[in-house]
Amino acid sequence: MLEFKLSIKNLLGAKLRTFLNLFVLSISFVVIILLNSLMDGWDAQAKKDSVEWEYGNGHLLNENYDPLDSFSILDGHGQIPNNINNLTPILVHQATIYPDGRMMSIKINGIPKDQKAIKIPTTKISANPSKFPALIGKRMAESANISIGDEVLIRWRDKNGTFDANRITVIDIFDSNVPTIDAGQIWMSLDNLWEMTGFNNEATFFIANDLYQHSKISGWKFKSKETLLKVITDLVDAKKSQQAIVYILLLGIALLAIFDTQVLSIFRRQKEIGTLIALGMTRKRVVKLFTIEGSLYSFFALLFGSIYGLPLFYFLAVEGFPVPPADQKVGIAMSDFIYPLYGLKLIFGTVLLVIISSTIVSFLPARKISKMNPVLALKGKLQ
Amino acid sequence: MNREIINLKNLSKSYNIAGKPFYALKEVNLSFVEGEFTGIVGPSGSGKTTLLNIIGSLDSPSGGEAIVLEKNISSLNHSESARLRNYNIGFIFQVFNLLPVYTVYENVEFALLLQNFSQDERKKLVLQALEWVGLENHKDKKPDKLSGGESQRVAIARAIVKKPKILLADEPTANLDAENAHSILKTMKKINKELGTTFIFSTHDEKVMKYLNRTIILKDGNIEKETKK
Ligand SMILES: Nc1ncnc2c1ncn2[C@@H]1O[C@H](COP(=O)(O)OP(=O)(O)O)[C@@H](O)[C@H]1O
Ligand SMILES: [Mg+2]
Repeated sequence: MLEFKLSIKNLLGAKLRTFLNLFVLSISFVVIILLNSLMDGWDAQAKKDSVEWEYGNGHLLNENYDPLDSFSILDGHGQIPNNINNLTPILVHQATIYPDGRMMSIKINGIPKDQKAIKIPTTKISANPSKFPALIGKRMAESANISIGDEVLIRWRDKNGTFDANRITVIDIFDSNVPTIDAGQIWMSLDNLWEMTGFNNEATFFIANDLYQHSKISGWKFKSKETLLKVITDLVDAKKSQQAIVYILLLGIALLAIFDTQVLSIFRRQKEIGTLIALGMTRKRVVKLFTIEGSLYSFFALLFGSIYGLPLFYFLAVEGFPVPPADQKVGIAMSDFIYPLYGLKLIFGTVLLVIISSTIVSFLPARKISKMNPVLALKGKLQ
Repeated sequence: MNREIINLKNLSKSYNIAGKPFYALKEVNLSFVEGEFTGIVGPSGSGKTTLLNIIGSLDSPSGGEAIVLEKNISSLNHSESARLRNYNIGFIFQVFNLLPVYTVYENVEFALLLQNFSQDERKKLVLQALEWVGLENHKDKKPDKLSGGESQRVAIARAIVKKPKILLADEPTANLDAENAHSILKTMKKINKELGTTFIFSTHDEKVMKYLNRTIILKDGNIEKETKK
């Protein structure tokens, strides 16, 4: 196609300006894809971790229990109903520990030793000879300054409200990206906790496995995996829209540069435009020529962006993107490294967005050509 | 004998300057036949460019009629006038107006790309046109590497390659030295003889006069005098 060949020649002819434009545009390409892929990667990883460590296939909660309200722990438990399948009971109880002489309020989670619903390493409890073995996460270990093998004094009220105290042994510190099963919590065998509290055969909530089919059980409410994960989706979406500002700005600058180049080149190249018309080119084709020329920036930017973008994308996919410690305190699962998730939809969407928008900003100034007076254009007298 | 291909009847072109009409051309009556080699001669501002632009359908008259190859210029729309120029009219400008990103070969080929020639035909015609103007050996150069004389030769080759009926040359020698001017004129004369192309020049260059078969002297938009050899 004539217009296409001529546009390419024109672009290659205007070396520096072309390079600058496609450089900015290629950065928008790379940044849009990278930021979104990181967010998607984070989203996927956070969901996977949360399901594996906390949510399972959903939670069946005592109707008086609200995980966000620690006062509800007191009454939010009940007898394990008969004939329930594919549910792992968890009993939550409040207690106090005294690390380094400080007083620290914590939650004890009682969990069956042989459970397979979540990744809490409960098998280590069965294997340990201590009388009251306990598991904690790395955050808890850090904040309470506890190491493996430490004995910790713990105080709680039993079902009658009477204070009781004991020494538990921390037998393992697990490493999970999910802060909500870690910070301020201790995991013990459910049998131990029943014994300590007197709440025999009671649970605060259950973790469902993949085979679980919910049917109404009175006194208990079910929250599906999807409902529980919505917190993460919402948070990631909120983060995404914050980031959108970054690339809307970037893309805006790139498009402005193209628009500016187009306006300028239509003005500077009016003699050329007049000549093309004098040679018998229709105005429509000249408009097409200049539009293609502008939109080709996105094509070249794509090629150029690939030169440095693809190795970068590959590197991050392999090595991960390091998350600064401050950013990890967002309250949902986040690991030290995020591995971006490159979606076809995202990549095609971005490419399409950039191509369409750069075509539009090229077309707008080029449209002027069709109203140009070729005589004035040839004389170079258009303002 | 020779067919009339351009007929201008009471042709006027006026501009509105400070609310008053200013006439760049005033009631010009002229006709041209096939194969002419004619110069429109006159001082700067006399209306030469305006006249050529109207014949070439780049501009439209404000009064009277311009019939070019049996088409009324005033009644052509954008694409019809593009078509007329594409197939039948070649332009040569004072400042050459070559496409800077194209090589000599590609500049000449461009005129054919707008029509539907095959690649082989294009190659044949382009090389032939370059031979006419003596630039076969410069075909891969870019315009910025050419001298003024060479540039104008490329422009002639570009105008002539599609073998138009009419060739309009607006002060083609104004930016050339005497030697180049003479050689360009000789080339055009040769093409005029061999292809029968109708040439209409505008000029105020004395050197051009002796090549012309017909001279039309324009002053302030009016024909002052006409001489034929
Ligand atoms: N667009 C225009 N607006 C106003 N006056 C114009 C315009 N174009 C040409 N003219 C005037 O018309 C006259 C003839 O111009 P032109 O045909 O370019 O003369 P020439 O080519 O003989 O030098 C000049 O006086 C010029 O100033
Ligand atoms: Mg002039």
